[in-house]
Formats: sequence, C-alpha cells, structure tokens
Amino acid sequence: MKRLVIFLVVAGLLAVTPFVPLGIPVLFTNAVNSPGTLQVLASALVLAALAVSYDIIFGITGLLSFGHALPFALGVYGTNLLMIHAGLTYPVAAVVSLLAGLAVAVVLGSVALRTSGVAFAMVTLAFAEAFSLLVLTDPIRKLGGEEGLPVASEQVPDLFRGVVNTRNIYWLALALAVFTYLVARRVVTSRAGRVFEAIRENEPRVEMMGLRPFPFKLASYLIASGLAALCGSVYLLVVRGANVGTTTPDFTLAILVMVVLGGAGKLWGAAIGGFVYGILTLRLSAVATSDAIDSLPNWLSGPLSEPLFVLGTLFVVLVLYVPGGLSAIGSGLRRT
Amino acid sequence: MSAVDITGLNVWRGEAHVLHGVEFNVPENGVTALLGRNGVGKTTTLLAMMGLLPATGSIEVGGEELLGTPTHLVARRGIGYVPEDREVFAGLTVAENLRLAERPDEEHRYDLVYQLFPDLQARTEQAAGTLSGGQQQMVALARALLNPNRLLLIDEPTKGLAPIVIEHVVEALVHATSNATVLLVEQNLWVAAHLARSAIVLDHGEVVYAGDMEPLATDPALAGKYLGVEVR
Amino acid sequence: MSSFVLYTATGLGLAGLYFLLASGLSLIFGLMNVLNLAHGAFFAVGGYAAWWVMDSIDAVPSGPRFLIAVVAAAAVGIVSGVLVERGLIRRLYGHHVDQILLTIGLGIAAVALMGAWFSYDPRLLTQPDWFIRTTNIAGANVPNSRLLIFGVAVLFLVGLLLFLARTRHGLIIRAGVENPSMVRALGIDVSRSFTLVFAVGGMLAGVGGALGAVYFNGVSPSLGTSQLIFAFIVVVIGGLGSVTGTAVAAVLVSLTQIYVNNYLATGMGSVSVVVLLALVLLVRPQGLMGKALA
Repeated sequence: MKRLVIFLVVAGLLAVTPFVPLGIPVLFTNAVNSPGTLQVLASALVLAALAVSYDIIFGITGLLSFGHALPFALGVYGTNLLMIHAGLTYPVAAVVSLLAGLAVAVVLGSVALRTSGVAFAMVTLAFAEAFSLLVLTDPIRKLGGEEGLPVASEQVPDLFRGVVNTRNIYWLALALAVFTYLVARRVVTSRAGRVFEAIRENEPRVEMMGLRPFPFKLASYLIASGLAALCGSVYLLVVRGANVGTTTPDFTLAILVMVVLGGAGKLWGAAIGGFVYGILTLRLSAVATSDAIDSLPNWLSGPLSEPLFVLGTLFVVLVLYVPGGLSAIGSGLRRT
Repeated sequence: MSAVDITGLNVWRGEAHVLHGVEFNVPENGVTALLGRNGVGKTTTLLAMMGLLPATGSIEVGGEELLGTPTHLVARRGIGYVPEDREVFAGLTVAENLRLAERPDEEHRYDLVYQLFPDLQARTEQAAGTLSGGQQQMVALARALLNPNRLLLIDEPTKGLAPIVIEHVVEALVHATSNATVLLVEQNLWVAAHLARSAIVLDHGEVVYAGDMEPLATDPALAGKYLGVEVR
Repeated sequence: MSSFVLYTATGLGLAGLYFLLASGLSLIFGLMNVLNLAHGAFFAVGGYAAWWVMDSIDAVPSGPRFLIAVVAAAAVGIVSGVLVERGLIRRLYGHHVDQILLTIGLGIAAVALMGAWFSYDPRLLTQPDWFIRTTNIAGANVPNSRLLIFGVAVLFLVGLLLFLARTRHGLIIRAGVENPSMVRALGIDVSRSFTLVFAVGGMLAGVGGALGAVYFNGVSPSLGTSQLIFAFIVVVIGGLGSVTGTAVAAVLVSLTQIYVNNYLATGMGSVSVVVLLALVLLVRPQGLMGKALA
C-alpha cells in the first residue's frame, strides 16, 4: 500500500513537470518545463524503463547478460527503418519492430541460454557486438553506419512533431516508464516471477522441485527483450534518430551499470539508476563548466567533466562500499 | 593429552546444518577411524578442520586453536590432508605434484615416499591425470607424507580401488602412520579395523560412539547398530 | 597467391595482438575466476606509454627508441595490474559478480580518464622506418610491422610457457588454475599468485598496446576496448588458463576474421568470429584446451 502511494505521488509529480516553470540550478540551464530540459528528462525516463527491463533478467532472474543493448537498438533502428522504407506509421512500425525484436530474442536466447554464468555473459556480449559491427559496417547501405539515421520525419505523428510538442514526447516517455514498471511488477509478483527468483537464488533446487529452468529463463529473457524494444521505439522519438551508440558493448554495459547503480532486484532501484544515469551523462558537462570545477587544475577538471569518468568511479565506489546501490544507501554499507 | 580436541563443532553447507555440536578427541600417535553412513558429515568434519568450510565451535590441534585460521596456515602447522577423490593436479607431472607439496624450511622425505610407493618413482614425469585411480591415490598420500606432518587427515583412501590396490595402500598406510596422529575417514570397515585403534562414529551430524575400534569390528550387534553393516 | 600471403601475414600480426591481450585474461580468469573487463585499459595505457616514448625521446634513434617504448609499455602494464589487483579486486575476494562489476566500472572510468587527459582523437605513432617498409615474401609485399608483431608475440609466448613450466610461481599458477583449494591445503597462499597473475597480464596487455599502436597506426583511449571482445572470444575458444590454447585460438580467430573480410564480405569477419564462439560454447564449452567456463 505504501509502495502504491509513493508510486502514484512520484508519477503524479513527473506528470505535472511540464507545467512547472521552475528551474533546478546547476543541473539545468533552463526551467524544468522548457523543451530542452524536458527532452533530457524524457531521455532519462526511457533509460529508467530500459533499466527496469534489464532488472527482470539480471536482478530478478540472476542472468548476467551483456547483450541487452541489442533488443533496445532493434527497437530504435527497426522502428525507424520500417517508417522510412516500408512507409508504416509510427505505432504500426513500433509494434512490428517489437515482434521482430521478440523473434530475434527467441533465437538468440535459445542459443545463449544453453550456457550459463560467465559463458552466458560472453555469448550475449558477442551477439551484441556482432550486431553493433553489423550496423557500423552497414553492408546493406541502409543503416546509416557511423552517422546513424535521422528519424523518418514524415511518419512521426503530428502529436510528437516539432519542438513545441516536446512535452508530448515527455509524457510518452513517462507513460512508457510507468507501463514498463507495472508490467515488471506484475511479472515479478506472479508465480513465474517466483520461479525467476528461485532460479537466481539456487538453480539446482529449482530442478529438484521438478521444474525445468530453461523455459523460465527464456521467458524472462523474452519479456525483458520485448520491453527493451518498446523502449527503443520511444527513444527514437526522444532523440529524433537512430544512433549507433545505442548498439555498442559500452552501452550494453552501461545498462548493467544503471541497474547496479540503483540497486538490482527491486525494480524501483533500477528505475532510479537509469534515471540518474541519464541525467548525469547528459548534464554532467554543464555541471562541469560551473565555477567550482573550472577552478580546479586541468588534470582534475578534465576527467571530472567526463560523465563516464564520474560514473565509472562512482560505480567502483558503490560496488566496493555500497553493494545495494543508491537505493540501499543508509541500510547496508560494506566494510572492505 | 590428545592430539586433536574438537568441541561444539557446528558446520553448515549451504542451508543444511550438517554438524550439530560435534565433540570428540583424537589420541596422539595412532590411527583413529571416523566412521558412519554416507552423508553423516565425516568429510565435512575434515573440511572444517582444514579451514575449507566455515564453522563455529573449537578445533584444537596440539593445544592450538585452529578454527578461523586460513587453510594454507593450517597446513603449515604440520597437517597433511588427503581429500576424498584425491584431487591430484591432473595437468602436472607426478614430480611436480610432489614438488608443489614441499613446504619451505621442512624436511622433504622423498626416500620414504618412494620407498612406500615405488610405482611413483618410476613415473615421475607422467602427467598425473593419466595415472590409474590407485596411482593417483598414491600421489595424494605421498603429498601428505612428504613433509613430516604431525597430523594426517585422510578421507576414504581406498574408495573405488581394486582389492589388490587396497592392500598396497593399507600396507603403505601402516608404515607411514607409525609416528603420526591420523584421523581416517573410511567406509570400508575391514580397512578401518586393520589400521585404527580408536573409532568415532557419526550419525546425523552428531557423535554416537567414541571408543576403541575393536568392539565395533568384532561385535556384530554394535557394528549393525552404529554402522548398519554386517561384520564379516 | 600473393594476396593470400599478405592476408595471412596480416592475420598473424593480428593474432599476435590477440594473444598478448588474451593470454593475461585467460590466466586471470583461470586462476581467479575474475572476468577482467578493464583489461582493455591496460592495453590502451601501454599504447600511450609507447606513444609518449616515441614522441618525446628524440635523442635516441627510432629503432632502439621503439625498444624502450615496449619496455616502458610493459612496465606501465605491470604497475597498472598490481595496483588494480591489490587496491581494488582484492577487496571483493570471493564475490565474483561484484568483481566483474568493479572491472566494468574501472574500464569505463579508465577510458574516460585517458580521453580527458589525452583527448579522444587518435594520436599517430612515430614509427621506425623499417616498420613501414615491406618485405617481399612469395610475391607479396608484406608490411614489416606485421612480421614484427608476430615475432614479439611468439617471444612472449615462449617466455610465458617457460615461466609456467620452470618456475615455482609458474607451478603454483598452473595448479591454482586447476584447484586453488588443494593448493591452499598444501600450505601455499594462492592469493599471492593473484597479484602476480595480474602483473603478468598487465605486462602482456601493455606490450600488446604498444604493438597495437603500430598495427593500427595510432593510439586512442578505446584502443583496448574495441579489441577486448575479440580477446574474450580467443580466451573462450582456447580454453581458460591454457596459454597454448590461447595461442592457437588467437591464430584461428584472427585468420578467420581476415580471410572472411577479404574473401567473402567486408564487415562479416567479426560476425563470423562470433558465430565461431557460439559454436565452440555449444559443442565444447571447455574450449580447445582448458577448463570449462561454468
């Protein structure tokens, strides 16, 4: 009950943000309801949703996958390509790319889940890397290669077209985050969800109970991939294009970082992690040009204005001293 | 004075509480058999003594408390360990397996080892993984006998071996254990009876018998009650 | 025929790089069960050390200068490895997933740090003339640098094998890869070998970075991470903890990549290597010669 209240309050606050003409100093240059800031927030919300989807496989089911960028990128690129080359409208393209993403996930998941542990991590990483290279080298000359593809402007619904409608994109991102979170919660509290957690805790015990882990692992993988593909479709609108950066191993590892940053296994922890990661990576350079950091000697201010340096270091500190991530600060500090 | 004093030993493996406050003494100089049916906690006891499993309680060897000591320091106190399943290093040669066992600043009794196990001397450059089960057992025993250990923990040395090999191993053990304290886990009652003077029987993680070996070996009623075996 | 020779030589050069990067990874994972995703940073750091030497030490002619560059790269690699193991990895002893996570964060931070200090743009490496020239082998003009890289890698392969076979430290590492508990039960503190293995791995990666700067004509912060995925594939195919396996797998992977890229379709080389990985994992999880991953 308490959780529901908190959820409604947070969702409500986020929903009215586009009407709030206040600013958050240092973090944002303009008021919170300005298009620029709303776009950053929308981006962070999509990443929050993506992190929640990854929490299903990693935090709940305990599968260390290094390939979660793949379904996300399929959502981004797939939706865009279907709009550009097949002339589909945005909603239809999103649904079709979701189905395609699920189909790919079934094939790759069935292969990868034949292994476990570190082998599984490596196979998923290899698949993600292969896809990334495929997009980069672009053998069919339609994927945009290093420069990526701008969003198919004709098919973008009027509702989301133009800077003035950034707030609608923001609300779409919020809706995605809420939807993903609710689906994830539904999954986790279901009977299948209990099996997922049992697999994470003690897989041999699950077998002894007479269940085969494989179908459950695959189901977890599919649900997460499907949600990720949806996130990709929305992300396409938020950043107005398909960018090869979403396919790289760096990004797939970043998703893991997001979840661990916020705290794995709780869903809301992952959401926080994804959101914070999104804000940090986009806004850190602005914070860095602030006087406080600028006054430091070059060899310090340089790295501190690199979002990834701050994040990586923060991550290392967290792993060493706060194993539960941001969501657990206050409860468990590890003595090393 | 006992060589080993165990009090209140509790060990968990995962969620299973395997040893429930086990208490026993091992007299100095001689072989004590640790007996019991499969799964009662015999191997667990040895693992706890070696520091390979976390435990609570007290494990005193020669008056010194061992509990909580890291495994490599336990070994350096003069304790040799022969695990169930031998655990020889398959990719290393026989000679390398033995060389690894050499502890610094201690006597390395290659003469004794090669006298007990001439087969090994003939195969020093052979990869341990290609040895027969019996030969691997000899390597495992040789590793524990190389340094002058005051306590030997030996876990089922005759498991899975052919009768003629068992005889050889038992012979070697009789020689080797003449001036050491040995705690011997054995399922084979004949071997245990042949080697051990005292016996401790575990059941469901507790000590149910501690005393001389002989009555267990000769009295069918006792053997049946504690070990569930028939005495031949 | 001459193009085949050229491709093979290029492939062998690449194999040298893969071997240097993968052998350290293989030992670290084989002995410690740590998946060191920061290993690419050791590679890049070595590359930068080499670049700095070649760029700054004008007094020495470029041939010997490169030798100094390689030594510098090795030294920097050793120091990095030791610092990482003693300062960070050791604190999470026994928590394997956390150790992997730590290396992920470290790798990300290290690349960003180098980007901040040295910029993300590739720095061109001043190379001795001989590297850029070619030698005629069976009608093909093979760049000398490729031959050099392969040669250096072979040297390190031999050195590593000798170290493992002939020294006590090497013996402990070989046994530890198989069964660390039993090594402890023999009275040996295996954790000391952990630092050693990270030092060796760091050294090999550092040297790899110096040579990588030659192969790719420059060094950038992400030099290591882009090669790391291939190094992992080599480790898995070769088998954990097996140096010979890594060497064989390095050649297998690099030649597959180069041949497919040149004889079939550009860009498909990497994909084919990934397929190779999947096949090996499904059919023979322990790789060619090592212990199984899970």
